[in-house]
Order: sequence, then C-alpha cells, then structure tokens
Amino acid sequence: MSSTNKHILNPNKWVELHADYLFNYTISRINNHDLAKDIVQDTFFAGLKAKSNFQGKASERTWLISILKRKIIDHYRKINSAKGKAEIKMNFYTNGDREGEWIEERVPTAWNSEIEKVIENNELSDALEKCISGLPEKYAMVFRMKTIQQFETEDICKELEITSSNLWVIIHRARTQLRKCMEENWFKN
Amino acid sequence: MKLSCDEASKICDKNQYSEASLWEKIRLNFHLFLCKKCGQYSKQNTTLTKCYEIYKDVENMKKNCLTKDEKIHIEKELKSRV
Repeated sequence: MSSTNKHILNPNKWVELHADYLFNYTISRINNHDLAKDIVQDTFFAGLKAKSNFQGKASERTWLISILKRKIIDHYRKINSAKGKAEIKMNFYTNGDREGEWIEERVPTAWNSEIEKVIENNELSDALEKCISGLPEKYAMVFRMKTIQQFETEDICKELEITSSNLWVIIHRARTQLRKCMEENWFKN
Repeated sequence: MKLSCDEASKICDKNQYSEASLWEKIRLNFHLFLCKKCGQYSKQNTTLTKCYEIYKDVENMKKNCLTKDEKIHIEKELKSRV
C-alpha cells in the first residue's frame, strides 16, 4: 500500500463524523440511551489511547467500530457474569418426575379477544416495551437483537461470542416469560 | 422422538424465526398432536410474533440519536484528552 491511500486518524473530527453512526450501532444492541452514550464516549477515549496502534489499513470508522464491538462484548459479559445474573422465572420443572413439563401456574391459558387486541398498535407497543424491559438485561438484549433488529443468528453469536444453542435457550426463556407477561398485562384485561 | 414441553416450546420459538430443522419440526408436531398446553403456547406464539412485528415497526419510527448537548459534552471531554 502506498502512503497516499493510507487512512489517518483525526480525533478532533470524531464526534462530528462518527458519533451518530456509533451511537446507532450501539443503541440497536443496548437499548438504553445513557448507557449507549457512555459506551460511545468510552470508545472514543479508548481509540485515543490506542491511536499509535492504528496502521491505516482500515478506515477510521471501521477501526472505531472494532473498538466499539469489544466494548459491547465487555458489556454483555458483565451482564452475563455471576454478579449481573438476574435469572428469569422458571416456566418448566427442572427436576423430578415432571422435569420439562409446564409449571402449573405458568401453563398457557386461553386469551379473550386476541385479534382486536393485536390491532391497537401504540398501546400494544407500550405494553410490550414494559414486558421486555422487565426481562433480565441479557435476555432483553439478545431478544431485541434477534426479534426487533432481526439480526442473523450467526451474526449475533459471533458478536456476543455465544453458541447458537445458547442463543436459542435465551430466546426461549425470553419468549416464555414475555408470553406470561403479555397474558397478564394485555390479553387478559 | 419424544420431547418434553420445555424442549417442544423451545423448538416452537425457534420456528417463529423459521430456523427449526425439518426433524425438529416433525418432533414438534408430534408433541403438539398430544399436548394441549403446548398447542396453546404454539397458537399464542404466532399471535405474539405478530405483536413483535408491530412493535418493531413502532420502534423503527422512533428516532434515537444523541442530543446536541451530549455531543458537545463528548467533544469537550475528547478534546481535553487529545
């Protein structure tokens, strides 16, 4: 590569050129404005610190995104660690004769006025928002990435460094929990 | 061949994203044939997927960006470190 088409870093322009892009990237994964803002800011600081490692092979933005990706994995690890591990309510017996069966009070029961309830867009979204934010953070994050952002399974697994069976367990727990929450707060009142 | 309700509903969830394998779908349908509880779950799951679609559209219309002040703040912090 000749020196003329080597990329250079210009931290003075980072906010102007890349803040919106990095913020959007973050908020689609971490649905919390303040947290996403902090992560973007941290990314810029880390970039500044690591400035001398930049070899000019990738564009400035690509380079910043690679730092941001690490920050997002770090965040995921934190919420997945023993300390941050808020577990989801169990829906199935996990041992004994009835292992794998629905726990009595979690059995899906019939809903009334299902169709009409789906048509009320805005209120429905509010109810869903509430239920999703009631999930432990890890579950909400993976559920959103898969269902709302509709990222490919493979990409999510790569990004968060988890296996696909991990991912489906998380999705399964999130969805059974959301079903219960929506049953109580939306479909049954 | 036999699945527990936990496993069956997990496949049912996977199937909402059209990512269950053929074998998984066969086992799921066999289970659903026998299990009313999971039948209910499966039916409601389809409804919920529609709800999530609506939610997705509403979410995507929201504009989520940094405010001017937040950017100025980051800019200041950053410049103080350059």
